[in-house]
Amino acid sequence: MFADYSMSELGAIFAMQGFAGLILFSVFVLMALGLAIIFGQMGVINMAHGEFMILGAYVTYLTSNLFADHLPFLFGTYFFVAMIFAFLISGALGLLVEWSLIRHLYKRPLDTLLATWGLSLILQQTYRSIFGAREVGVSIPDWMMGSLPLTDLIEVPINGIFVMVLAVSISLAVYVMMFRSRWGKQVRAINQNRVMAGAVGINTEWTDRLTFGIGCGVAGVAGSAFTMIGSTGPTAGQLYIVDTFLVVVFGGAGSLLGTIASAFSISQAQSIMEFFLSGSMAKVLTLLVVVGILMIRPQGLFSLKLRK
Amino acid sequence: MTERFILKVEDLTVSFDGFKAVDHLSFYVEPNECRVIIGPNGAGKTTVLDLICGRTKATEGSVQFKNKELLAMREDQIVHAGVGRKFQTPSVYEDLTVFENLELSYPKGHGVFGALAFKRDAAVRARIADIAETIFLDDQLDEKAAFLSHGQKQWLEIGMLLIQDPELLMLDEPVAGMSVAERKKTAELLNRIIQDRSVIVIEHDMGFVADIATRVTVLHQGKTLSEGTMERVQNDPKVVEVYLGH
Amino acid sequence: MQSSAFMTRKELIGFLILAALIFIVFPVALDNFRLNLFGKYLTYAFVAVGLALCWGAGGILSLGQGVFFGLGGYCMAMFLKLEASTPENTAIQSTPGIPDFMDWNQLKELPWWWEPFYSLPIALAAVVAVPVIFAFIIGVAMFTRRVGGVYFAIITQAFAAIMTILIIGQQGYTGGVNGITDLRTLMGWDIRTDEAKTILYFVNGALLFVVLLVAQYVRKSKLGRLLIAMRDQEDRVRFSGYNVANFKIFIFCLGAAFAGIGGAMFTLQVGFMSPTLVGIVPSIEMVIFCAVGGRLSILGAVYGALLVNWAKTSLSESFPELWLLGLGALFIAVVMFFPNGLAGVWSEKIEPRLLALFNQKKPSRPTPDGAPAE
Ligand SMILES: Nc1ncnc2c1ncn2[C@@H]1O[C@H](COP(=O)(O)OP(=O)(O)OP(=O)(O)O)[C@@H](O)[C@H]1O
Ligand SMILES: [Mg+2]
Repeated sequence: MFADYSMSELGAIFAMQGFAGLILFSVFVLMALGLAIIFGQMGVINMAHGEFMILGAYVTYLTSNLFADHLPFLFGTYFFVAMIFAFLISGALGLLVEWSLIRHLYKRPLDTLLATWGLSLILQQTYRSIFGAREVGVSIPDWMMGSLPLTDLIEVPINGIFVMVLAVSISLAVYVMMFRSRWGKQVRAINQNRVMAGAVGINTEWTDRLTFGIGCGVAGVAGSAFTMIGSTGPTAGQLYIVDTFLVVVFGGAGSLLGTIASAFSISQAQSIMEFFLSGSMAKVLTLLVVVGILMIRPQGLFSLKLRK
Repeated sequence: MTERFILKVEDLTVSFDGFKAVDHLSFYVEPNECRVIIGPNGAGKTTVLDLICGRTKATEGSVQFKNKELLAMREDQIVHAGVGRKFQTPSVYEDLTVFENLELSYPKGHGVFGALAFKRDAAVRARIADIAETIFLDDQLDEKAAFLSHGQKQWLEIGMLLIQDPELLMLDEPVAGMSVAERKKTAELLNRIIQDRSVIVIEHDMGFVADIATRVTVLHQGKTLSEGTMERVQNDPKVVEVYLGH
Repeated sequence: MQSSAFMTRKELIGFLILAALIFIVFPVALDNFRLNLFGKYLTYAFVAVGLALCWGAGGILSLGQGVFFGLGGYCMAMFLKLEASTPENTAIQSTPGIPDFMDWNQLKELPWWWEPFYSLPIALAAVVAVPVIFAFIIGVAMFTRRVGGVYFAIITQAFAAIMTILIIGQQGYTGGVNGITDLRTLMGWDIRTDEAKTILYFVNGALLFVVLLVAQYVRKSKLGRLLIAMRDQEDRVRFSGYNVANFKIFIFCLGAAFAGIGGAMFTLQVGFMSPTLVGIVPSIEMVIFCAVGGRLSILGAVYGALLVNWAKTSLSESFPELWLLGLGALFIAVVMFFPNGLAGVWSEKIEPRLLALFNQKKPSRPTPDGAPAE
């Protein structure tokens, strides 16, 4: 499939598609980060994670409308506000869900999977009733449009760079929180020995709830990023759940760096192959390669050895 | 010439991310010997059994059972070679009855199609009844294992091994968590079942050890600290210092 | 002593009641259209029964059963499509004699892997063999490496996703989104008539009972008890001398075979096969059929498939929005409040009362069938 292009053309194609894949990478990283925090640290599978992302996307859409209608002179900044709203609202829903549903199912991982799938159906229908079945899109502020010419063949989309910087900073923030903050210490303590952590006075219930909430909040931010590459519809989140799970598992659950590396390789592979093959075949090939590797190396790329 | 040892453990080492839980350990077990392994918590006793039965993969060394290398075999192959293992915490199938627990350990029908074709014939019933009597559970055959006491579960697991009639039996703390009465009964049971096979027992209860041991190996930080008869080991100053002293 | 008998009297009664429903009550009470609809629901029951063995007994949750259902269904559909695509029927195509969707996609000849499906025996063998081989490959790769639990669920779900994207993407070879449609005859016998549909309904019911009896045999064999033992204490089973992976591979393949048969019967009765029956959503819905029936009970699985689908049809006809909410709530309710599904409710609540009512003796203890899976 490479035969028709010269070397320099190929280089440019790789670079362009690579940059185009940056937003996908950002969405993957943020989604996977939330999922990995919840799954890696609590052993809970959240099948409704895509719907938390879409909630963030709807919040972004509403915020952009709000700014366009009432604060047009500030429209360039709506995205920042929207992200914060997305985080807070998705996070709040996460807290609620943990309280009402997840906490009853901690020792039954396969059951959380089914229950959260049920939740995802309910959320989809709720979005459909509120926002309608039609997909909505946001208007991107002027300063994020367009691209910077790098060479005469290669152009870099500004929103791609922006969203990626954002994703990486949020990842770093989560990393710092995990390893520096009191919450991070408590999460890790619970992860190693729940009973003992409870015995030394860690409020395991509240830590779990907060962890779930933060995971969902990050998914909400992923939704903000998502509005840049796709239009928001009630079932748009479902399409991302498999990819995101594979990103998490491929990276080796519990390894933050692994998650980022695997999000990068999967999104780039997909984006670059999309140029040469049809979109669906690129996706099939990427997924097949990932699943193939996982069959040979089930622990993923980076994994911690834990005593069973 | 017949082999003098049934089990030869040589240079056995396992390292978990650089931490050597078992460190160049060698010991030899004779037929019909009852070897007791003692040592402080975390000495690596359970890990040694895990290595022999294939639950943990060794980093280096060799484990030969009847001149066959166990380290190259899968867990179920090791069992079929004649090694039985009891876990530290009782592991029985709680959703099944005592009878069914024993039946699943009966050494027949271990392949997929063997298991599909397996018939509960008179020989199976007789053998299960026999074992159930040995482990004091003949009245509980139809009881679900979940309803047994802790001690009874330990017995049941021992029974599940006995029914396989292994040549080497490995028991990890068989009397831990038992009442005094249960302990006495278990000692009696063990004394009976160690008669015509080799046994490796891990135990902390010194009175119990003195009662059953042919030889004792003291493990400390993954290495042998001392080895010999109970008497010799008990009087070894190194052992007194790290283990028996307190 | 323990009953190792193939069926207890109670189970026999359960089987007879189901047989009466499927072979007498439904055909008498339902019109042709509804009967065909129920036949369709029953094809999902094949999958649910397989799941009751894999997931309920063995603790292996597959979120990719739709793949096997689809493989079986497509194998059947390929045969029927070839039979329908005679040169006379397709004379107006630019390449007569190949299936219409191939012609629309500018294919000039039949792909080589379609060729064997001219033969009915090969197609019928493929209905079972293709899903089983596929399951075998996945099973060997995963289970010998001790992958289970949620990892296994995720990987199988990924397969469901891959399969749908592939089918949709490769329109020329698979019929794409629409699937393989416009199927007409089976060896010259028109399957679209009311009469044919009624006969197929009975064939389907009979096959379902064969599958149920096989499942019952497996459950009652030592292998069935081993599955339960593995679910609870995998290491103990391993150190009792069993190669645990082989048992998991077997039961996963058996589930795939059941699903494949179900898929083929779907194609025959409904008259098409499409990727909408393969993907993530149908696959996970099949799990809920099993869960609603009671994940441990093979008869429950059949009732679960019937009930949920019947509710889906009646609700989504009149209140489409309500259906998704209802299905979502069903997932949550089953997991949170009825982990043993209908079978559990029956054996814990209803049966003891019935017994007390009929013979004033003391009610018997709930059967082990109702034991929780955790
Ligand atoms: N899979 C593993 N990964 C990491 N460390 C391990 C693993 N298995 C054992 N260890 C470590 O090896 C050491 C020896 O453990 P082991 O369970 O063998 O001790 P033990 O002598 O049986 O102790 P006890 O008397 O408490 O049963 C411990 O420090 C333990 O934490
Ligand atoms: Mg130990």
